Amino acid sequence: MAISKRKRAQYIRFGVYALSVALVVAVVLLVDWSRLQGAMFRWDLVKKQFPGLITTAARNTIIFTILGFAGGLALGLFLALLRLSRARAYRWFAATYIEIFRGIPLVVTLLILGFGIPIAFKWQWPNPYLRGAVPLALVAAAYMAETIRAGIQAVPKGQMEAARSLGMSYSRAMATVIIPQAMRIIIPPLTNEFVLLIKDTSLISILGVTEGTIDLARYGRNGVFDSANSTPLIVAGLAYLVMTLPLTQLVAHMERRQKASGR
Amino acid sequence: MNTEAVVSIRNLNKSFGDNHVLRGIDLDVQRGEVVCIIGPSGSGKSTLLRCVNMLETPTDGTVVVLGTDLTDLDSDLDAARTKIGMVFQSFNLFSHMSVLDNVCVAQRKVLKRSKDEAEKIALQLLQRVGLSEKATAYPAQLSGGQQQRVAIARALAMNPQVMLFDEATSALDPELVGEVLNVMRGLAEEGMTMLVVTHEMGFAANVASRVVFMDGGVIVEQGPPAQIINSPQEERTKAFLSSVQQH
Ligand SMILES: Nc1ncnc2c1ncn2[C@@H]1O[C@H](COP(=O)(O)OP(=O)(O)O)[C@@H](O)[C@H]1O
Ligand SMILES: [Mg+2]
Repeated sequence: MAISKRKRAQYIRFGVYALSVALVVAVVLLVDWSRLQGAMFRWDLVKKQFPGLITTAARNTIIFTILGFAGGLALGLFLALLRLSRARAYRWFAATYIEIFRGIPLVVTLLILGFGIPIAFKWQWPNPYLRGAVPLALVAAAYMAETIRAGIQAVPKGQMEAARSLGMSYSRAMATVIIPQAMRIIIPPLTNEFVLLIKDTSLISILGVTEGTIDLARYGRNGVFDSANSTPLIVAGLAYLVMTLPLTQLVAHMERRQKASGR
Repeated sequence: MNTEAVVSIRNLNKSFGDNHVLRGIDLDVQRGEVVCIIGPSGSGKSTLLRCVNMLETPTDGTVVVLGTDLTDLDSDLDAARTKIGMVFQSFNLFSHMSVLDNVCVAQRKVLKRSKDEAEKIALQLLQRVGLSEKATAYPAQLSGGQQQRVAIARALAMNPQVMLFDEATSALDPELVGEVLNVMRGLAEEGMTMLVVTHEMGFAANVASRVVFMDGGVIVEQGPPAQIINSPQEERTKAFLSSVQQH
């Protein structure tokens, strides 16, 4: 007995659905919830995370993120302009930079700049925040440069020509006509980049931390060592979500709006 | 030589790679003249116009505008461009700025006029092109004809000595062509020096002081509109005109 294609698709959909429900029910029934709560969600340990979680850990994560983002944005814009330059040497330099910093894991860049360079040059980072944020910014710049370049190239060519025909210099036209229009295209992916940076700051602590520069992830980890319980990490994870979820929702909103307005 | 020439083009050549688009153009435009350039698509009309304000860099030859040789690397191109207004087929209004800001931005940033002065001039010009009530609108809210009139006002705000029009009405719905041509006719009547690439034979016949026919990167024939449009001498001109008149 042959069944039609559409009928079969319907059965498959139903099957997948029934299986999912069964799986959820199985998890609910089989997991020992009180034991899980004891190991991962103890209220007394949740409370113990505060206020340090906010006043030190989240604060430092935000400081690292903002420093990394601001530095990355400035350098990324500069690299994007080099990529679009008429001078081949500039384009080549920017392309090389971008390939290098996108091709190396952030951890390696952090270690080289955080330990390797200071040892090689008998030099010290003047500030522990900069030691973490500068490598972050250098890597972020490589990603942002490509985003910004694509945004600038999406602005119609006629806009630059109109600006130049009015007597504006190239840089004046870029600053007043092209980049403001590119921003509309660039802002959603740059916000995504910001979210990635929030999470990437969790790697900075491999350079070692002082009491004052501890970030969310390390704060959670230290909490685990102190209490032999996972609750502090769960709390740290939730703290990341509190920061990232609004931003990813904002991006989704902006993208929906751009789609609706045809651009 | 005539000292009144606003634009003086000599032996202009332009190639894009192997594509030799302009093949030795000589053209003078006197003060107050309206020169209409006609010719088939791909004959190099836009490229010629774009060489006048150096949006394209000539391969060979000279382009002298108001006494400055723009092909000379020592000449101040940005300063020269403020004297050369250009109107594009695709309008090219700055889409992130209001109509008023479109007309003001170069006045402020290039000519360093005060905000008050720039806005006063902008509003006068918008009134002149019949759009004073659209000052706060954004380009996307305007019809093509309105956008093009704003673009003309934006160019005029720099007090140009010569205006270049590259098929200013080609992208417009037929019923909107007239409003733009009227503004252009008004400019011509006030004595503006104009270089106009157009397919509007009526405009060329009535407004031009001279019509230039281009084909294959050369000027084939030029003269008063009545002569070129009604009794062309060259076969290529005749063929082009009959093909245009069929529309
Ligand atoms: N930026 C450019 N790059 C390469 N080829 C071009 C460019 N602009 C124009 N051309 C070529 O030059 C020729 C003339 O173009 P154009 O001046 O636009 O003609 P018209 O305006 O008379 O239609 C065409 O063959 C066109 O493909
Ligand atoms: Mg053209």
